[in-house]
Amino acid sequence: MAPKPASRFVYVSYIRTTPERLWSALTSAEFTRQYWLGVTVDADWKVGGSWRLTYPDGRTTDTGEITEFEPLKHLAIRWRHELRPELKAEGWSLCTMDLEPSGDAVKLTVTHTIEREDSKFIVAVSGGWPQILSNLKSFLETGAAVLQPRTA
Amino acid sequence: MKDDVVFRALADASRRKLLDRLHARNGQTLGALCRGLKMTRQAVAKHLAVLTRANLVSWRREGREKLHFINPMPINEIAERWINKFEQSRLSALSALKTHLEGEDDRGAKTRKSIRVRQLHSDHS
Repeated sequence: MAPKPASRFVYVSYIRTTPERLWSALTSAEFTRQYWLGVTVDADWKVGGSWRLTYPDGRTTDTGEITEFEPLKHLAIRWRHELRPELKAEGWSLCTMDLEPSGDAVKLTVTHTIEREDSKFIVAVSGGWPQILSNLKSFLETGAAVLQPRTA
Repeated sequence: MKDDVVFRALADASRRKLLDRLHARNGQTLGALCRGLKMTRQAVAKHLAVLTRANLVSWRREGREKLHFINPMPINEIAERWINKFEQSRLSALSALKTHLEGEDDRGAKTRKSIRVRQLHSDHS
């Protein structure tokens, strides 16, 4: 059976830190504000918990639900964009994050998938993820994020 | 040290071509990547192994298929370390001008440019 056409990105980053620190950087609103390009992640961190991204001015850019939650190892979020109508129209995507110790680092794999071909949403997130993840890496490795929040 | 592995992996036209193909269509099998190339399947597999070691390509098993994905993280790190520092905005303006003056000779180049520009301007999600 042929798999359904889907749009997907896979990001793999090796970060010199511990699974504990990386996990708390991914799941704490206070941490995310410091590297997620000005956006804050707020969530009820458990399976079935709600999840959202907000700008400092209070606008919600993305909403979702935690669908899988294994502390220090694995996280899956059902995720939809809310601000741009053409992206919202594409519906729900799935974002997974996997942490795996690798020497003195942690291998972080982030995937973002939507079950449709040539997704505009996936193209849009592909502009953000590499910056967010490289910011996260410098934040954890050096204590400071390199890229400042983007202005709209 | 890690940069060396990435630069060496990128210092080969066949491997850059494979990255271009994954950029155009992410998540391909070895068979799909071989299609239309003048390389043997073994050569493509070897190049993919070099790209995977450099963390430029990752793969996942889906059902019976092994799908390859481009991993933009090392290129992004190189861009931050080696390009942004040297005024990327001016350079990309110049390279856009060069592309414009020389004319688009293939659709791939045009697509890449428009994606790059979109990324620079896109709101993250």
